Amino acid sequence: MKSHVPAHSYTPYHPKWYRKRVSTYWWLESWAFTKFILRELTSLGVAYVVALTILQIHMLSHGPEAYAGFEDLMKNPFIIALNVISFLLVVYHTITWFNLAPRAMTVRVAGKRVPGFLISGPNFVAWLVVSAIVAWFLLRG
Amino acid sequence: MAETIKLEVARYSPERDAAPRLETFEVPYRKDWVVLDALNYIKDKADGSLTYRWSCRMGICGSCGMMVNGEPKLTCATFLADYAPAPVRVEPLRNFPVIRDLVIAMTDFMQKLQRMKPWLIRKEEKPVSEGEYLQTPEQLDLYKQYSMCINCMLCYAACPVYGLDPFFSGPAAIALAQRYNLDSRDQGAKERFTTLSQHEGIWGCTFVGECTEVCPKHVDPAGAIQQYKLTAATQWFKSMLLPWGGK
Repeated sequence: MKSHVPAHSYTPYHPKWYRKRVSTYWWLESWAFTKFILRELTSLGVAYVVALTILQIHMLSHGPEAYAGFEDLMKNPFIIALNVISFLLVVYHTITWFNLAPRAMTVRVAGKRVPGFLISGPNFVAWLVVSAIVAWFLLRG
Repeated sequence: MAETIKLEVARYSPERDAAPRLETFEVPYRKDWVVLDALNYIKDKADGSLTYRWSCRMGICGSCGMMVNGEPKLTCATFLADYAPAPVRVEPLRNFPVIRDLVIAMTDFMQKLQRMKPWLIRKEEKPVSEGEYLQTPEQLDLYKQYSMCINCMLCYAACPVYGLDPFFSGPAAIALAQRYNLDSRDQGAKERFTTLSQHEGIWGCTFVGECTEVCPKHVDPAGAIQQYKLTAATQWFKSMLLPWGGK
């Protein structure tokens, strides 16, 4: 036996197992898997928004001229389309994230597990409140 | 003439076949028959060489798990009536090597389960004369859901992560580790921590959530894994930030 073969790989009279390879397109096999992959893909939207915000702050620190250039860039129809798509991805990401939160957190009050909506609910409320405050800042004229 | 239903059953003979093939059988259609009844009928009346595991017929032993029309199911709890009149396709559990026909090799799961030390660990056993380790109903409630696991491996067949990464510990093994971690009589959480908090443990899980969907005993392994991720992350922060570590 060659030395690099681990001892456990040889088993006398081992049955001939049939192993099926997982298809590259396994995520198209059921709607549940496809939904999962879509949820994971929304992370790209989140990453884009984070990068954009960092760029925005960076431009802001370089004075009014640099920031005006950034604003011009944002008026590009391609960027607007990209931002709309990213916004939808982030919204989907946030909703699925909050909906999964009660599964990861078990809060017990007086020995009883708190129902899921009491954990996801406050998350959604906090999200709405923060969004409303941001909207108020942006739209107050 | 009595009604019948077609069963497409996966056959694989390691001596003859290079890959599994489907063989169609016609069995009587009865409303009170489950898929396992149909398989037993085939074995008794049509082909005695059909090989599959089964035992209790009542969803306790966890041995009759198979893919029914592509979904992991306990065949003793899956009624033909839910599929009639279309043919029912019965295949071995996905993500496991097939030994023969509908029988899969479960060695991998057994080894992973054992690595989780799914038993009560005590620092010091108290003598029998001191009596039992008592537990309140509230303490029982903390882990009871996870203790319902019957090791049927449907969750492994449903998990794409396990299919893609055979080193992943998998849903049932982690849920059973949690079953003991949360038990007030157990003191082995630290011993299980190293096995659980590595990539092959909880961090391999991407929360597809299908394990929980297919679980016939409502164990919610996906929930158990996410909850332990929270525990492990908290533990890590404590050990990094607090001078006395995560003790």
